[in-house]
Amino acid sequence: MSTAVSDAARPGAPTGATELALPKQRGYWGNVGYRLRYDPVTLCFGGLLLLIILAAIFSPWLAPFDPYQESIIRRLKPPGFQGRYWLGTDELGRDMLSRLLYGGRITLTMGIVPVFIATLIGGGLGVVAGFAGGVVNMIIMRVTDVFYAFPSVLLAVAISGAMGGGAGNGMIALTLVFIPPLCRVAETATSQVRNLDFVDAARATGAPLRLVLWHHVLGNVLGPVLIYASSLVSVGIILASGLSFLGLGVKPPEPDWGLMLNALRQAIYVSPLVCAMPGIAILLTSISMNMVSDGLRSAMDVRS
Amino acid sequence: MAMTSFAVEEHDERDRGGPQQPLLTVTDLKKHFAIRGGILGRVTAQVRAVDGVSFVVRKGETLGIVGESGCGKSTVARLLMRLIVPDAGEQIFDGEAVGERGGISVAEMRRQVQMVFQDSASSLNPRMPVQNSIAFGPIAFGTPRAEAIGMARELLVKVGLNPALFGGRYPHELSGGQKQRINIARALALKPRMIILDEAVSALDKSVEAQVLNLLQALKRDLNLTYIFISHDLGVVRWISDRVLVMYLGEVVEIGPADELYNAPKHPYTSALLASRPALDPDNRREEAPVSGDPPNPINPPSGCRFHTRCPHVEAVCSAKAPMLGHGDHGAHLAACHMQDPTSGHSQAVRH
Amino acid sequence: MFGYVIRRLLAAIPIALGVSIVCFSLVYLAPGDPIQTLLPPDADAETVDRLKRLYGLDRPLPVQYLEWLYRVSTGDFGKSIASGRPVAGEIYRSLGNTVLLAGLSVLVAFSIAFIMGTIAGRQSGTWIDRLVTGVAVLGVSIPNYWLGIVLVIIFSVELMALPSSGMASDKFDPTSWEHLQYLVLPVFTLSMIPVGIIARTTRSAVSEVMNQEFIVTLRANGLPEWRVLKHAIKNALPPVLAVMGLQFGTLMGGSILVETVFAWPGSGYLLSKAILTRDVPVLQGTILVLSMIFVLTNLTVDLFQSTLDPRIRRG
Repeated sequence: MSTAVSDAARPGAPTGATELALPKQRGYWGNVGYRLRYDPVTLCFGGLLLLIILAAIFSPWLAPFDPYQESIIRRLKPPGFQGRYWLGTDELGRDMLSRLLYGGRITLTMGIVPVFIATLIGGGLGVVAGFAGGVVNMIIMRVTDVFYAFPSVLLAVAISGAMGGGAGNGMIALTLVFIPPLCRVAETATSQVRNLDFVDAARATGAPLRLVLWHHVLGNVLGPVLIYASSLVSVGIILASGLSFLGLGVKPPEPDWGLMLNALRQAIYVSPLVCAMPGIAILLTSISMNMVSDGLRSAMDVRS
Repeated sequence: MAMTSFAVEEHDERDRGGPQQPLLTVTDLKKHFAIRGGILGRVTAQVRAVDGVSFVVRKGETLGIVGESGCGKSTVARLLMRLIVPDAGEQIFDGEAVGERGGISVAEMRRQVQMVFQDSASSLNPRMPVQNSIAFGPIAFGTPRAEAIGMARELLVKVGLNPALFGGRYPHELSGGQKQRINIARALALKPRMIILDEAVSALDKSVEAQVLNLLQALKRDLNLTYIFISHDLGVVRWISDRVLVMYLGEVVEIGPADELYNAPKHPYTSALLASRPALDPDNRREEAPVSGDPPNPINPPSGCRFHTRCPHVEAVCSAKAPMLGHGDHGAHLAACHMQDPTSGHSQAVRH
Repeated sequence: MFGYVIRRLLAAIPIALGVSIVCFSLVYLAPGDPIQTLLPPDADAETVDRLKRLYGLDRPLPVQYLEWLYRVSTGDFGKSIASGRPVAGEIYRSLGNTVLLAGLSVLVAFSIAFIMGTIAGRQSGTWIDRLVTGVAVLGVSIPNYWLGIVLVIIFSVELMALPSSGMASDKFDPTSWEHLQYLVLPVFTLSMIPVGIIARTTRSAVSEVMNQEFIVTLRANGLPEWRVLKHAIKNALPPVLAVMGLQFGTLMGGSILVETVFAWPGSGYLLSKAILTRDVPVLQGTILVLSMIFVLTNLTVDLFQSTLDPRIRRG
């Protein structure tokens, strides 16, 4: 440090240091990945989640049977039936394993797509509200407060119920449910960042506002918003299945996990084990998602 | 790597009025913050953070601004950068009115005036390697990315940090002094003519502070800079400043050349401030408090002279009438005190 | 203090109005002419016209909203399409059952979760802490409608120990096991999510208090551990009670799935039936009442909290 001043005193001093090879620098996301590698619990659940997602994507190749193929003679058979129906059959004789694999596609889509869209809309509104402040903030946040004043299950049921159900309406309802909380998280994060000196320093360069927003605000808001959004995916899957369970989401004969649970509910006396299966699929997905989200949260905290 | 010289050439084409024209003239700068309260959130009070501040900064000089915390020093800095919008006042940068028609735009002024903040930690983006933070300004103004990063690394050398070691680091991997060096490098990146240092060394350890102050002096000489140096630390301000301005409750109470002001303060507040410095010589230590009590609430500042509630020389005229700073040429030593005005009616007023 | 109460009450009014606007527009979200959703599908053209005029559906929307708001505030929620009876009465009959279910669930959740959270927070970092945290994650990850089915399979189908659904009779008698046994499974099922949330809150509140200097000082003064814990709990309690209150409001509106599983005759079950029969007046009325209860619970919790913690009143 003592050479510092003398260096500065000689502006023409050779800057030999710049020619030195750069030590390998991990970027921010590199650091996050590095931390995650040492978190076995998150890695396990992450692996499970990846398996579930891959199984859903490749269900047409993985499923042993046609998930829509009904049969009166093999209804509600227990797991391992005939050595080919590993997880048994449902109330219409369809193969449970195939239906669970295909069902993953629908249920995961129903749970993830609304969170994704809500992150774009809610996050965007929140950043605008947080950065603009004043009247713009007031209008956006007061409208958000109104939607916040409904319990999430009730709001989802109300909107999709009034719109007449169906997978598309269900997703619209869930999107509307998720926009307010995401907007709040983004608004809080933005208004906190906005008041930090580095944003003022960036503004003081005279750089256009959009560049300041993009490089200095968004990067610091994205982390908390994405972590929050990832924790909503699990809620999304449970709510989406819940809507289907109430008959408001996916329509029969589609193999949605919530819908399967509802249909099989009539058969608890005959084949209890098969009845429980779609719920296990929902539980495994949502718990892995929650654990991964928690792991990400601690890995993304740079300062710890 | 292309080398860019950061030393300002003998002839800077941005220099308009020549060395005699002040770089910055501020007239009657005002900022009042509204306090909202009550059931409907109405404006119930105004904090007069900055209330009619005027001063001149000449090219190449360092103007120190001192005052207790809450006197409006930092608000002045942010107003000058237009990070907050002033309620009133005129700001003339090298002969051109800032943000007015026919003058210089706020964005153009910001390129020529940069700022270093007190909190070295929060003034750097935690998600950005420090060299990118330095390069942000030039990139925003169209310098190709690679070139801007190269310039940033050169600046790191200039502030005494090895770019190979520090360039790619994140702020939380640096010490306070190192972060403040980065902040200075960032301020230099746009080749400004003036830098506002808002408590820039206050948070540093004394030994680190000295290094950074030396660095600032060296940079000023090499790069032909003008500084506004804001601090509550009287010793540091005297060491670095050519002229010093003293603020109290949003107003200028005294301004003058550093040595004159420190040796012969004209305003009782300045005297009190100077007397309150801890003396290094134990024999000179005084027992009684020089200024009694806390500064009054800036929401309802005292009438007349704002210092009259704490002033040892208070008389009737002090609460009745506000003293004026008066006018003088650039190097004049002025104080806003009735005792400096022969016509004020104060019993201890100077006689001519 | 008084000023704060008034400010909070005034702030709740626009939110309540906003909620009512959302509920009012539910009818317009439904596909087709709103009048169709208010009438049985086989209504003739004359009835449609008469009702349109009666409900003022031929007038501009803001006027319709104000008239609707007036009717609703006098307790007139319209008539159920399915039963033909006034919606207000249907809601009134079911609401008590849901209050009973949600209230018991929150109390059960609090007793379980507060003990869990206190133990975990006091020994943060140990295996007990990790176990409690795991159970808390499980609580919020589990689809409670599925848990309900599993509990029915175990306790009603396999063990035949508890009834699977319904209620003994319309008149609830809290002293009779005959009546109470119907509540066991639904209450346990509905308490899972609050158990997770309250346990997490308690854990972080207790561990935060335990790390504070005044606790260290108490220990250093030689205070017995149980009295140190008493101090910690006293300081951790207000935020936990607040979360508990908020959970009550959430469960009131969120019990629809569990009530459907157990055919518990509460407002959620009423809502669920209204969805199946596309009974929009019942849907609209129930949602309005439940969300207003949610708004009121939040407000009450807020005011309650501000009496406990004076710092909240500022700001």
